[in-house]
Amino acid sequence: MADELLNLTCKQLRDKITAGTVTSVTAVEAVFAQIEALDDKVGAYISTYKDRALEAAQTIDRKIATGKSTGPLAGVPVAIKDNMCTDFGETTCGSKILENFQAPYNAHVIEKLRAADAVLIGKTNLDEFAMGSSTENSALKQTLNPWDLGSVPGGSSGGSAAAVAARMCFAALGSDTGGSIRQPAGFCGVVGLKPTYGRVSRFGLVAYGSSLDQIGPVTGNVTDAALMMNVIAGHDKRDSTSVSNDMAPVCNYLEKLNEDVKGLKIAIVPEFNAGADQNVQNALTSALDVYKNLGAQIIEVKMPHLDYAIAAYYLIATAEASSNLARYDGVHYGHRTENPADYVEVYSKSRAEGFGAEVKRRITLGTYALSSGYYDAYYLKALKVRNLIRTDFTKTFKEADCIIMPTSPTTAFKLGEKIEDPLQMYLADIYTIAANLAGLPAISIPCGLDKANLPIGLQILSPAFTEKKLLRIARMFEGKTDYHNKKPVFQL
Amino acid sequence: MSELEYKIVVGLEIHVHLATRTKMFCGCELVYGGEANSRVCPVCIGMPGVLPVMNKQAYEFALLTALALNCKISDFTKWDRKSYYYPDLPKNYQISQYDLPLAEAGYIEIPLETGQTKKIRIIRVHLEEDAGKNTHTLGNFSAVDLNRAGTPLLEIVTEPDMNSPAEVRALAVELQRIVRYLGVSNADMQKGHMRFEPNINLQITKAGTEYKTPIVEVKNLNSFRAVEKSVAFEVRRQLDEFAETGRTMASGNKSTRGWDDENEVTVLQREKEEAHDYRYFPDPDLVPVEMTDEWLTRIKSRLCELPIEMQKRFITEYSLSDYDAGVLTAERKTAEFFDAAVKAGADAKRVCNLLTQTGMKLANEAGCNVADLGISAENLAKLAKMAGAGDISATASATIFEEMAKTKKAPDVIAAELNLLQKSDAGELESVVDEVLAANPDAVADAASGGKKTKKARGFLLGRVMQKTKGQANPKVVSQILDKKLS
Repeated sequence: MADELLNLTCKQLRDKITAGTVTSVTAVEAVFAQIEALDDKVGAYISTYKDRALEAAQTIDRKIATGKSTGPLAGVPVAIKDNMCTDFGETTCGSKILENFQAPYNAHVIEKLRAADAVLIGKTNLDEFAMGSSTENSALKQTLNPWDLGSVPGGSSGGSAAAVAARMCFAALGSDTGGSIRQPAGFCGVVGLKPTYGRVSRFGLVAYGSSLDQIGPVTGNVTDAALMMNVIAGHDKRDSTSVSNDMAPVCNYLEKLNEDVKGLKIAIVPEFNAGADQNVQNALTSALDVYKNLGAQIIEVKMPHLDYAIAAYYLIATAEASSNLARYDGVHYGHRTENPADYVEVYSKSRAEGFGAEVKRRITLGTYALSSGYYDAYYLKALKVRNLIRTDFTKTFKEADCIIMPTSPTTAFKLGEKIEDPLQMYLADIYTIAANLAGLPAISIPCGLDKANLPIGLQILSPAFTEKKLLRIARMFEGKTDYHNKKPVFQL
Repeated sequence: MSELEYKIVVGLEIHVHLATRTKMFCGCELVYGGEANSRVCPVCIGMPGVLPVMNKQAYEFALLTALALNCKISDFTKWDRKSYYYPDLPKNYQISQYDLPLAEAGYIEIPLETGQTKKIRIIRVHLEEDAGKNTHTLGNFSAVDLNRAGTPLLEIVTEPDMNSPAEVRALAVELQRIVRYLGVSNADMQKGHMRFEPNINLQITKAGTEYKTPIVEVKNLNSFRAVEKSVAFEVRRQLDEFAETGRTMASGNKSTRGWDDENEVTVLQREKEEAHDYRYFPDPDLVPVEMTDEWLTRIKSRLCELPIEMQKRFITEYSLSDYDAGVLTAERKTAEFFDAAVKAGADAKRVCNLLTQTGMKLANEAGCNVADLGISAENLAKLAKMAGAGDISATASATIFEEMAKTKKAPDVIAAELNLLQKSDAGELESVVDEVLAANPDAVADAASGGKKTKKARGFLLGRVMQKTKGQANPKVVSQILDKKLS
């Protein structure tokens, strides 16, 4: 019974709750039973809020019982990546420096979820300040891949992806700066959407690379991603980079979701894809066959500047990070060193003690890239590369509706496999980074399992603010395949 | 050492707090002071995840000031982060404008003591956010108050076009007058609304060779007196230093000094210009500002006549003295009140006297501007005209002015009520004069004698006429009648 409930989609659960056939309290209890059974092993959550969640569920159940209208996520248990501020509990960013930080405000997306009557159940683990591709950089705990407890869940939204995969929530929010939603979604066999830059407000999202960061949904299927987008997308005057509804009207992402896109043209970049391992390449080929059978046309394109995406990304993201993370200094909030000799030591020691190795590495890299004498050679050049990558996309989208490529070059790697080799770790994001640099929407959907029974992600990218079409293209594939229904089997 | 020939060279960097309703990048109401850290929000104290949103009013105030400073307004500007670690800077970067300031290449015209004016070139005008304040009164700890953090701060940088302490002061005063005219800043020096940082050096000519002394920047001056005195002090100090060491300007030897207000000396803070690397880069949280013609036209329509222009106009059109024109244009309200009264047909000098002699005294007592005493420009003009026509005496006009402020009534009504109108009707007065002459034959004889007693006797007769008319006779008219009768 509980298993049946947990296998419902958000939309199905919402419909049952509003119809009064299932209560939100039951759903929350089922989710917490799952968390209590599995999360000691999986480690998806940094914090959970059972009492609060049950209270919220009761309120929604009461609303429904008394015939009041409810929001589109009525009673649905949702998890939040722990770099989005909530006015309850801590917002740690997986870091020692913010381990005890309590925000006095909610992120925009939290307000949106609340208004939609979602039930917030907990905050999920992440690489410290969202810097990483395996969630191994969390200073607070280790999250494991529900499909193989010896493998990483991907990152940085590893906690959110693992929680959805292990059915410890019905949907989660992640954030994606260079692939941090899509890559863990791929590794954990779930759906992860990074919306167009500016589509979802960043207000309350603790910044990593401000010009790249974007919040998006992690769900069990494409329909739920569309449902989540209906809730979180839209203008917010508190985020100057959030696009006005005039420029890009918000739409109902569920509308026509199940209608195939007629005359679909898909671009692929064979030279770029050749770097992926054989399992992944095979899955990609099969996936393209599914689209061909649906009448899609596949065209091969060259996007010469994609090769420079990682280099440009690690200059731009780290430059912004070096500035964004300057505020964690032990003066105003967060960890402060004991007995500093002077105010300079308040800074140096608090930061030395509070930040982990990868965060320090990126702050150092970014500081260097912005320093006088190096700015032109690094930061400015990276911005130029970014523009060239944008141009590559603009050209491609003149010929095709979308681009399909792998989400990652490999399936989930083993714990500890890459943590000592940052460059190898950075290469895990080779396919995802370009969408962030160009500000484009991109989705990862399950497209198979490798020989070790680990999920493979299929990535689809589309022009800015075409999430509706992107979701339809993803749904076309999902409608013809069964990969999204595959669940990890736990041998506890 | 013999007297050296030298030229003083000063450029100014000025910071002006804008009097916007809210802070530069958040919704906190802009109120001076208050309990430490009581006027803050997550944005201005730089908490995780919050984002800045540009205050459009601040940008428009900055544009208005830049236009008044005859600057070229940029079509496109952006926001940059200036990075440095200091406890009063919550994000450890300041949002500022680096390579694309909102305006460039202007000038400010300042009045000189000679009555002439001088144009000082403006290099750039840009907007930024102010930091908080550190205090060091807690023993081992310093305390940080972030109330001021995020206050919109306009930075104005001039070319080194000022050549005397008086000119530097004049620029400071003129800028205060301009921003107050525009209503963009309260420019209250005591509250730190304006801060000045002069860069000073000397060009010394010695035996036909020109030497430049090292540039000194004096930090954070917040009174006109300190601005003038610090420059004067630096001139003497740099002359002495040059005589002693012969040191001249070279790359990297610019130094920073503070001002000791008590001892009236500058004090060395930093010997060498530190090679600060602020790691400027465009703030990804804010969008660039693009100027449209329509927007610029709208801002231009809010410009007012500049104080220096008004001052010049009062001198040339209204024949006022430099001094009077300066007094009347110190504040925009006074100047406009005066101007309106003159435009209503009154004599400028008379209006000026009424305002400077009676009005400003009253306004001072009431703690307001003379324009806010409740007197309309029309009534002020009427009063000046009555005095000009001889309808009232000089003493009476002061009395009526005060009554106008008290009762808000028109001056002619007050004059009638208080019987302050002078009798100027020659026919009516002639009969009074005749009566007086008839009653005082001795005095008439003395007055007509042309001898020693004439003046005294005339005075006596005039006095009797005034007495009989209860002081309401116009003495000028009575005097004319007496002249006629006694000749």
